[in-house]
Amino acid sequence: MSRIPLSALIGLVITGAFFFLALTAQWVAPYDMAAIMGGVWDPISSEHWLGTDAIGRDLLTRMIYGGQVTIFVATCSTILSFVLGSILGFTAATAGGWVDQVMSRLVDLVMAVPTLILALVILTAVSVSVPTLIIVMGLLDSTRVFRLSRAVAVDITVMDYVEAARLRGEGQRWVIFNEILPNALSPLVAELGLRFIFAVLFISTLSFLGLGVQPPLADWGGLVKENATGLVYGIPAALAPAICIAVLAISVNLVADWVLARTTSLKGGRGG
Amino acid sequence: MLDIRNLRIEATSYPPGEAPRHVVLVDDVSVAVAKGRVLGLIGESGAGKSTIGLASMAYGRGGVRLTGGEVWFNGRDIRQADAGALRKMRGHEVTYVAQSAAAAFNPAWRLMDQVIETSLLHGLMTRAEAEARAVALFRKLGLPDPENIGRRYPHQVSGGQLQRVMTAMALCPKPDLVVFDEPTTALDVTTQIDVLAAIKEAIRDTGVAALYITHDLAVVAQIADDILVLRGGRQVEYGTTDAIINHPSQAYTQALVSVRSIDHVEKVSSEPVLTVQNVTARYRGTGFDVLKNVTVDVAAGQTLAIVGESGSGKSTLARVITGLLPATAGRISFAGRVLSPDLAARTKDDLREVQMIYQMADTAMNPRQTVGTIIGRPLEFYFGFRGAEKRAKVQALLEEIEMGRGFIDRYPAELSGGQKQRVCIARALAAKPKLIICDEVTSALDPLVADGILKLLLELQVRENVAYLFITHDLATVKAIADKIAVMYRGQVVRYGSKTDVLTPPFDDYTDLLLSSVPEMRLGWLEAVIGSRKMESAGN
Repeated sequence: MSRIPLSALIGLVITGAFFFLALTAQWVAPYDMAAIMGGVWDPISSEHWLGTDAIGRDLLTRMIYGGQVTIFVATCSTILSFVLGSILGFTAATAGGWVDQVMSRLVDLVMAVPTLILALVILTAVSVSVPTLIIVMGLLDSTRVFRLSRAVAVDITVMDYVEAARLRGEGQRWVIFNEILPNALSPLVAELGLRFIFAVLFISTLSFLGLGVQPPLADWGGLVKENATGLVYGIPAALAPAICIAVLAISVNLVADWVLARTTSLKGGRGG
Repeated sequence: MLDIRNLRIEATSYPPGEAPRHVVLVDDVSVAVAKGRVLGLIGESGAGKSTIGLASMAYGRGGVRLTGGEVWFNGRDIRQADAGALRKMRGHEVTYVAQSAAAAFNPAWRLMDQVIETSLLHGLMTRAEAEARAVALFRKLGLPDPENIGRRYPHQVSGGQLQRVMTAMALCPKPDLVVFDEPTTALDVTTQIDVLAAIKEAIRDTGVAALYITHDLAVVAQIADDILVLRGGRQVEYGTTDAIINHPSQAYTQALVSVRSIDHVEKVSSEPVLTVQNVTARYRGTGFDVLKNVTVDVAAGQTLAIVGESGSGKSTLARVITGLLPATAGRISFAGRVLSPDLAARTKDDLREVQMIYQMADTAMNPRQTVGTIIGRPLEFYFGFRGAEKRAKVQALLEEIEMGRGFIDRYPAELSGGQKQRVCIARALAAKPKLIICDEVTSALDPLVADGILKLLLELQVRENVAYLFITHDLATVKAIADKIAVMYRGQVVRYGSKTDVLTPPFDDYTDLLLSSVPEMRLGWLEAVIGSRKMESAGN
C-alpha cells in the first residue's frame, strides 16, 4: 500500500465521520427526533446548535437522524444494485449468445427511460416505505452496474485462464466467483463509491419531491424540503442538510478517485 | 559516427505492494558504429537491447533515465543536447523501425503520408521529391505496385509489407543511422526472410549505418557486420559477426550459438491415443472452413508436431480437439472412445485426460490465485484431494517441474516467464492426462529458457507416458521434440508422417519454403536461400 494522498485522507476522515454519526445517532443526538422543543425556526443557541426547524424540532437532532436515514437507504440500495447487477452482468458475459442478448436489451430498455421519471412512476403506484425505496432504487441502479460488470467481465472471459477453467469442466458459478470476480473487483469497488453518491443524491431528490422517506422520518432531502420555505424569510435552516449532501458527495468522491487511480495506474493495473 | 561510451541507464520500478526500487538497466556499455556498418545488438528480454537502441537517439522510455556515459553522434555528445537540437536530429539524422508495424502506424492515415511525414517536417525536401523518393524505396524494398501502394491504409497491406513500408519510412529522410528494433520478430518465418533480405539490400544500397536489435542470433548473423552480446544490461562479448558465430569466447555466447541442439530420436510408432478423422470446422457466422478434412493421429506417449504459419488453422485444430469449437464434420476418438464434438457433452474423464498448455503463460493463470491454488485446483476437482494432502501433491509436482516447494504461496506476477510456463505444465500434469496440447508453449520465451522447457517436456513424457500435440511455427523446436509431424497450410494438412519422412526430400513446395526459411547460424545463408526458392511466401 503506497501512501494515501491528502485529498483521499480528507475524504476518508469526513466520510468516516458521517458514517460514525449515522451509526450512533441514537446516542449522540441531543434530543428526540420528533419532539417539539421550541419556536418555529429559532436561531442558533446553546441549546439548539443549529436552531430549530419549521415546527420547532431541534435541527441538529433532525440532521443526525436524517443522515442515518440517507446513508442507510443509500448504502442498502447500492449493495442491492451491486449484488444484483454484477451477478447478472457476469452471467451475461460468461453465458454469451442469446442469454446475453436478452439481458442486455432488457437493461437497455430500462435505461432508455430516465431513472428519476421511472422511479416517480413506480413510487406513485406502490406504497412508499423505506424497504420499497431501497428496492426501487437498487433495481434501477443495478442496470448501470450490469453494464459495467458485463464490460469488465467480457474482457476477462477471453483470458486463457477462464478457458482453462472451462476445459477443466468447471461450472458457471466457479468461473464467476473464482476466476472473474477477484479480477473484476478493483473497477467495481471504484464504481461502488460513485454509485453510492448517486444513491445519496437520488434519495435526496425523491424525498425533496415528496416521494421518498415519509414524515415524521426525514432524510436530508426531506429536511431541505421541510425548511425550504424559510429561505424566503432569510432563515438558513434548509442550507444545513443541503451542505451535508454536498460534503458527503464530495468526500466519497475523493476516496473513489483515489481507489480508481490506484486500480488503473500503469504499475498496478487490474492485478493491483 | 555513433559512439556510445560507458553508458549507464537507470530506472525506478514500482513492484506492487513494495517500496519503489532503483534498478540499473544498462551498465558500462560501449559501442561504436561506423558509417555504412551494421551493428547487431543481441540478448534475451531484459538484456537492455531496446533501451540502448533508444539511447542512441538520446531517448529513454517513460521513467528511464540516462545517468552516465556519453552518446556521441556525428561529432557531438547528444546526451548534453537540448530538446530543440534533439528534435532536429531525430527523424532526420537517426530514425527508428519498431517491432510491431501494425501498432506503430496510424490506422487513419494513408501509408504515403506517414512515410514522408518526417521528411516534410524537417523541411528536407518538397512533397513531390519526398513522394518520388518513397516510391523508389518501395521499389527497392520489393513492395508490389510501388507507385500506388502508398495510397493504401495500413490495414490494407500484409504484416510483412507493412514492416517494409516502415523501413522505407525510416530511410526516406536520408538518415545517417537507422535503429531496427526486432523488425522481423512478429512475422512468420517465410515472410521474415523476405523482409530481412529487403532490409539488407536497402541498407547496402543507401549506405546508412544501422543498429539491428534482435534476440535471434541466426537472424543477426545474416545482416550485421559486428555483434554485441548483452546480458542483464552488461556487455558480454563484442566482435565481428564471424568471430561471434564461429569462435565465441564467452560461455554465454557459446550457449546462444548452440541453442536448440536437443537431440531427439523419434520413437517407433505405436497405438494412437487420439485419432482425428476427416475433421472440418468453421467459425460461427462465417462461410469459410478454417479446417478442411484434417486427418491426423497422436500415438500414446509420443509427440505429434503441427507446423504452419499464422492462419494455417493449427490453433483451430486444438480448439476442435478440446471441444471449444465443435467440428462441423468428422470424428475425434480418444483412448478408444468417440469424443463428443461439444465440450459441454464430454465426461469429466474426457476433460481430465486432455489437458492444454498455452502460449502466453501470463494470461493462462489467474493473477489473483497463488501457485498452490492454480496447481491444486485440478487435484481437488478431479481427484478430491484437499488440505494437507493436496498441498503435499502440489509440492511434489513443483519438484517435478524443477521448481522449489517454496513457490507454492507465490503469485504469478512474482514468477519469471519460464517459471510461469513450468507452473502451467504442472497444472496440466496434475490432472494425470493422456494427452497434453501444447499451443506454441515456447514461442514467447527466450531461447535458453525455451530450451529448458523443451527438455523438461521430453523428460516428463518418458516419466508419465503422456502424449503431446505440439503446435508451433518454429521448425527448430519441431526437430527437437517431434516423433511425427503434420505440416498445415491454409486449413489443410499438406504433409504428414514420421519426423524423418517429413524432413527428408523430396519436399512439396510449401514444406520446402517453410524448411528453407528457418534462419541458420552461418554467414551467407540468406543469399543462398533467396536464390533457390520455388514458391513465393504468403506475405507477398
